[in-house]
Amino acid sequence: MSALARLTATETKLFFREPIMAFFALAFPPILLVVFGLIPAMREPDPDLGGLRAINAYVPIIIAMTLALFALTSLSQLFATYREKGVLRRMRTTPVKPWVMLGAQLLMATILSLATTLVVLAIGRLALDVNLPLRLPAYLISYVLAALAMFAVGLLVASLAPTGKSASAIGTLVFFPIVFFAGLWLPRAGMNDVLRTISDFTPLGAGVQSLQDSTAGQWPQPLHVAVMLGWTIVAGGLAARYFRWE
Amino acid sequence: MAIIEVNGLVKRYGEHTAVNGVSFAVEQGEIFGILGPNGAGKTTTVECVEGLRSPDGGAIRVCGIDPQRDSGELRQLLGAQLQQSELPEKLKVREAMELYSSFYRAPADWRDLIDTLGLTAKLDTQFRQLSGGQKQRLSIALALVGGPKVAVLDELTTGLDPQARRDTWDLIEQVRHRGVTIMLVTHFMEEAERLCDRLAVIDSGRLVALDSPAGLVARVDDRQRIRFQPSAPLDHAVLTALPEVTSVERAGSQLVVTGTGNLLLAVTAVLARNQVIAAGLRVEQTTLDDAFVALTGRSIDS
Repeated sequence: MSALARLTATETKLFFREPIMAFFALAFPPILLVVFGLIPAMREPDPDLGGLRAINAYVPIIIAMTLALFALTSLSQLFATYREKGVLRRMRTTPVKPWVMLGAQLLMATILSLATTLVVLAIGRLALDVNLPLRLPAYLISYVLAALAMFAVGLLVASLAPTGKSASAIGTLVFFPIVFFAGLWLPRAGMNDVLRTISDFTPLGAGVQSLQDSTAGQWPQPLHVAVMLGWTIVAGGLAARYFRWE
Repeated sequence: MAIIEVNGLVKRYGEHTAVNGVSFAVEQGEIFGILGPNGAGKTTTVECVEGLRSPDGGAIRVCGIDPQRDSGELRQLLGAQLQQSELPEKLKVREAMELYSSFYRAPADWRDLIDTLGLTAKLDTQFRQLSGGQKQRLSIALALVGGPKVAVLDELTTGLDPQARRDTWDLIEQVRHRGVTIMLVTHFMEEAERLCDRLAVIDSGRLVALDSPAGLVARVDDRQRIRFQPSAPLDHAVLTALPEVTSVERAGSQLVVTGTGNLLLAVTAVLARNQVIAAGLRVEQTTLDDAFVALTGRSIDS
């Protein structure tokens, strides 16, 4: 087995040995959707959301939240802890290139968040009558862009945090505004103009809108694509700039 | 031919010069020790050899490779055991070995390694549940899993209890018998004396001495002292007549004979000829500790 495959498999095994973290990243998003789905008002068309049912608005929000959970709890904390404990340092003495470790983490986060996303979409479709994305390629592109932007932010936190504990504290601090502007408390359609404009420029505000647009059969708006790419490049670039292996 | 060559190595951290012109060469199959007090620049020196730090001056070659220029090839040939380097807490021994094997072009048989290191019973144990000694042994196994030509072991037995330390020393000798050249960083005299073929003594970033443990001791002082209680009165003149003897003194009921060379043989031969039995005979020699104090002007623990 190649080093990348072996590392990804090993990291995934380790991920499942932290039951609380695994629960939050994998089970919490579907559970949240089910809970929302049990509220009758969420299943009625809502004039405040332009006639959209709230539950339909929440499917992409919960999918985006899953990305934030992976990026800001699992990814950033793991990397900072590995650096603190000398795991990365030991790896540096082997022929494995540093990017392989990074690649394995990103691969794992992508595969697992994609799995959660599929579960959320399936529950939405089967139990809550939420239609599946009409324009699948647009949806996939939106998803990948949102994931890249979010993972870049997670890696930036990992680069800046001195220890695993501080990475988890910073990650939590960053998590709340990010999911707020993604619409977790108030979907974008219900936000006032100021909030929605700020949301447009956050990675998951842009992400949620793009997922929503492609679910409705449109292509994501150029602004949102640019915002997600911008976060990926800026946060990713800063993360690479400040990254330390020890 | 030397397998590791270090020439005029200099490494600075800001204003502080951690390593200042250190040179040495390690021969193939040797156990080469780097001895010095904490903060002497030992770890910085080996980290430059391992390619983990870039030197500010001097040249390093490991198997002919410049660690800075061709670190990829170096990592196939050099296994490193670092100070304070852990593994993910919940990683099992077996998984760690499988994972690290997958990093190398031609890995050693990790089951065989684990067996040699006495960890076979711990294959399904998580890293956090291993004892300090077991963690160290796993760390050695990981340093060797790539089948390296050179293994660099840094403060290997620090924090281990005396028994675990002795077991680890036996292991190092077994590793050498596998044909691996070993560079050992230590501040334990006993460890250096017991294991190393040659020692580089480093103090305040400079190489103070480079010799075998016995050579270092001899360089400082090759005088020996023999104490014993003679079974019958003995004329001191028969002892002082020996070329090996420099002085004979009486201390209570004991005689103290000081001299050089093969002192013990010379003295016991004279005693036998005069039918005197030496009771409670002890030979006192300069130790590596004494040598270290003489070379650096202070004790290694200070």
